[in-house]
Amino acid sequence: MTITAETPISGEVQPPKLHPAVRRRRIKQRFTIVGLLVPGGAWLALFFIAPIATLVILSLSTGNVGLGWHLTYTWSNFSQSITSYGPEFLHSFEFGTAATIVALLVSYPAAYWIAFYGGQRKTSYLLVILLPFYVSQLIRTISWQFILADQGIFLTPLKAIHLLPQNFHILATPWAVIGGLTYAQVPYMLLPIFAALERIDRSYVEAAKDLYASKWEAVRRVVLPLSTPGIFAGVLLVFISAVGDYVNEVILGGTGTGVIGNVINSQFFVNMNYPFAAALSLVLMVALLILVIIYSRALGTEDLMGGGTY
Amino acid sequence: MMSEKPESTSAEQMDPSLIRGLTMPRMSRRGFLGLAGAGLLGAVAAACGSSSSSSSSGKFSWSTAKKTGQLDFANWPLYIDQETVNGKTVYPTLQQFTKETGIKVNYQEVIQGNTSFFGKIEPNLKAGKPTGYDLMVISNGPILNSLMLYNWLTPLDHSYLPNFAKYAGASYKDPTYDPGNKYTAAWQSGFTGIAYNPKLTDGPITSLASLFDPKYAGKVGMLNAEDTPNLVMLYLGIDPNTATEADWKKAAAAMTKQKNEGIVRKYYQQNYINALENGDVAISIAYSGDIFQANQSSKGSDLKFVVPTEGVYRWTDNMCIPANSLHPVDAITYMNYVYNPRVAATMAEYINYMTPVPASKQYVIQDADATSGSNKAGLLAIADSPLVYPDAADFAHAYYGRNLSPSEYATWNSIFQPIYQA
Repeated sequence: MTITAETPISGEVQPPKLHPAVRRRRIKQRFTIVGLLVPGGAWLALFFIAPIATLVILSLSTGNVGLGWHLTYTWSNFSQSITSYGPEFLHSFEFGTAATIVALLVSYPAAYWIAFYGGQRKTSYLLVILLPFYVSQLIRTISWQFILADQGIFLTPLKAIHLLPQNFHILATPWAVIGGLTYAQVPYMLLPIFAALERIDRSYVEAAKDLYASKWEAVRRVVLPLSTPGIFAGVLLVFISAVGDYVNEVILGGTGTGVIGNVINSQFFVNMNYPFAAALSLVLMVALLILVIIYSRALGTEDLMGGGTY
Repeated sequence: MMSEKPESTSAEQMDPSLIRGLTMPRMSRRGFLGLAGAGLLGAVAAACGSSSSSSSSGKFSWSTAKKTGQLDFANWPLYIDQETVNGKTVYPTLQQFTKETGIKVNYQEVIQGNTSFFGKIEPNLKAGKPTGYDLMVISNGPILNSLMLYNWLTPLDHSYLPNFAKYAGASYKDPTYDPGNKYTAAWQSGFTGIAYNPKLTDGPITSLASLFDPKYAGKVGMLNAEDTPNLVMLYLGIDPNTATEADWKKAAAAMTKQKNEGIVRKYYQQNYINALENGDVAISIAYSGDIFQANQSSKGSDLKFVVPTEGVYRWTDNMCIPANSLHPVDAITYMNYVYNPRVAATMAEYINYMTPVPASKQYVIQDADATSGSNKAGLLAIADSPLVYPDAADFAHAYYGRNLSPSEYATWNSIFQPIYQA
């Protein structure tokens, strides 16, 4: 059977004829919605879509700074990204994952304590946690370099009492990089979790206890599930920025800890090989996007996946 | 032959103005930590916005150019003599220049790195527009090369530069990277050699071979910069100035072996001075000026800088006039001015790098004689320093890197960067 344009599809409900005034109002509403979307949409187009498009074009170009870049649909930058800098990509994701997990383990109990037992001083506690972050991250990371130095204030006493061998060092190891990343990211994990915990109606916890849940069970079966939006947001914030970070690696890392952020930086600012840098950035972005999608599908709340409220 | 830096004078013995300069939190001038997240977008936009190449120089002629009384000067931080008067930073030699010529200098310390600065002016150069600067200080190397290659510099008219002809040191004239000084005149020069912390080594270090000595495994710092492969070539007996791609690969193989044997602690982008002071590394590749200043500015710091027996890598920062400059005559007038030995002496007393005007030494001594006590000792230390006034033998021992074309530079990077970065 063929369906022509005029053939009404069986079962389809014909829209009821609307009163002209109602229709006018509907049209007006539609314009309002479009009008409200314009600023945000323009923002997105200008600061997200345009740069990404630029990056894509650049990554497929050849040339040099002096002669300019010409779109030649050269894909070799992408294959070279993987073949030359596979280990750096891997390091970035390893360090990012480790830092995210540690930051979550550190932040959740702290956020929980502040939200449930902070009382009147909640804001003071949050301020204390945020206080160090009023100092530039660069300076704080360099301070770690001093604190953790081979003959610095932390290791020297431990070596003096022979708790550690003389050649023991923390700097220039992956652990130093992961530690630095975690330290830098903790507030971004803690704040969304705190916000989620803060929103939980305390009577739910009381109800759980009335139903003979132990304290631990109440946390596990009531508080934890209700705080997943916070965990989800915190993990996303921390993971994405930790994977792209290279400052910690540059300052605290050593040989064999290279991360992709630094490779991209030097391709842009040292080599001025903009196409290769663009290709590396895109590969990183796509890899992150894939991981984030998998993560959202597996653990995401409806809230962030475009579902309803919680 | 030059060996080590002069005995470090204690801070109290130094000229007060010198201390003021030295104790400032001077960032490692040659170091770069490209934290230019904001610059990134700009660079991309710049790269894409201009896919056509253009160079509009050629229209310019010195015969029609006129003095304007204005000079926009881009330089690196803390790279000129300065004093604090009534809480304000002033630049004595610039003030003197204005007094003598009537040219006002808009002095801006905007250069943090050659490449990042180039990224800022490149869109305008490409579009054939003024960059906003009439004079800038750029190190010899790939960026300077690109600027010359694409006619983005204004060729110098040496009839404006009698002081340069008369007073520039022999090793500053006709450099390999700019034959005949067609585009550049040296601002200051420096050596990249090795530095060590004497508390952590078995006696003095004299050779680049120590960087490869398994005895110092995990305690050797290398730089994430082109200085490293050039020094490694010197270690292998290769003149970096005539090295071929095959030589580069030999250097890369030596570096890879050194890295795989666990000898390298880290390829430092900056902060190798802290690493030396903190005992993270015992030996590191280092810039002469950094070590000189580290010892002056931090108490108890006693690092040694060595010109290795195999030779030392030399770099020179150069004054040059970008294409489409609005005040080229004022710029070249200033270039000539700094080659006045009296002016060069004042600058050398502050900067402590190698001055291109050897005749300035007598004025530093003269200044020393005019004062007494601590000021005198500080100034004499500078006049005697082989790192400020090296002799001909030292220069014979120093090697520039080779002038690389953009494609050669890409090859160079593809050979060496995977070693520094992994």
